[in-house]
Amino acid sequence: MAVARINVPKTAQRGEIIEIRALISHVMENGFRRTTLGVPLPRDIITGFTCTYNGVEICRVTLYPSIAANPFLSFTTIATESGTLVFNWRGDNGFNHSETAQITVG
Amino acid sequence: MLPPRAFAQLTRTPLNNMPEVIRRVTGGAVINRGRVKLNVPPLVENGHLVPLGVTVESPMTATDFVSEIHVFTEKNPLPEMISFYLGPRAGRAAIATRVRLADTENVVAIARMNDGSWWSDTQFVIVTLAACLEEL
Repeated sequence: MAVARINVPKTAQRGEIIEIRALISHVMENGFRRTTLGVPLPRDIITGFTCTYNGVEICRVTLYPSIAANPFLSFTTIATESGTLVFNWRGDNGFNHSETAQITVG
Repeated sequence: MLPPRAFAQLTRTPLNNMPEVIRRVTGGAVINRGRVKLNVPPLVENGHLVPLGVTVESPMTATDFVSEIHVFTEKNPLPEMISFYLGPRAGRAAIATRVRLADTENVVAIARMNDGSWWSDTQFVIVTLAACLEEL
């Protein structure tokens, strides 16, 4: 089971630009590698990520095999209101993982 | 174990057609130099984990914002690295991730503004230990 780490400030001023960092454990097997016997290793990567802020999508990412194992993503958003951020990763072999974070905007 | 010649062919990565893929993403639009800043170390010891960041000069208002940021590589097996889709709610056009680099190569970041114009930055990265095609 994947382990995800989210870094979102717990509190922010209204209108403040906050940095969001998201990390998830995943091999990101790129599909180009072979074993020493020459057997190709099938691709197994995270292909998509979305972040919603109180239901509104604020960032969407498409990932390719060139992204390092345990993908790290960082982006920014404006703290508009208190609420919930939902993070969702999707990938090969039916991979799907969601995390939530709360933010209080004063 | 592959014979050395076959391995050399593999590592040459004939699949990568970066200019063509960039043209497909932009729809053949003119790409201007500037406004985009690609932050990647010029010399990388380990190609498996390379910190990469892109910032774009933009006020990020409802009428003038960055809508897309794409990163491409010249010599990885696939040219596409990552694509971010943003909006005015981002506040700033600044993204970061960690990538793999298979060779000493150019890395290209392009950004699309909401008016449809494209901007780019290219950085040449020297890689000591390559990623992507090693054997297990």
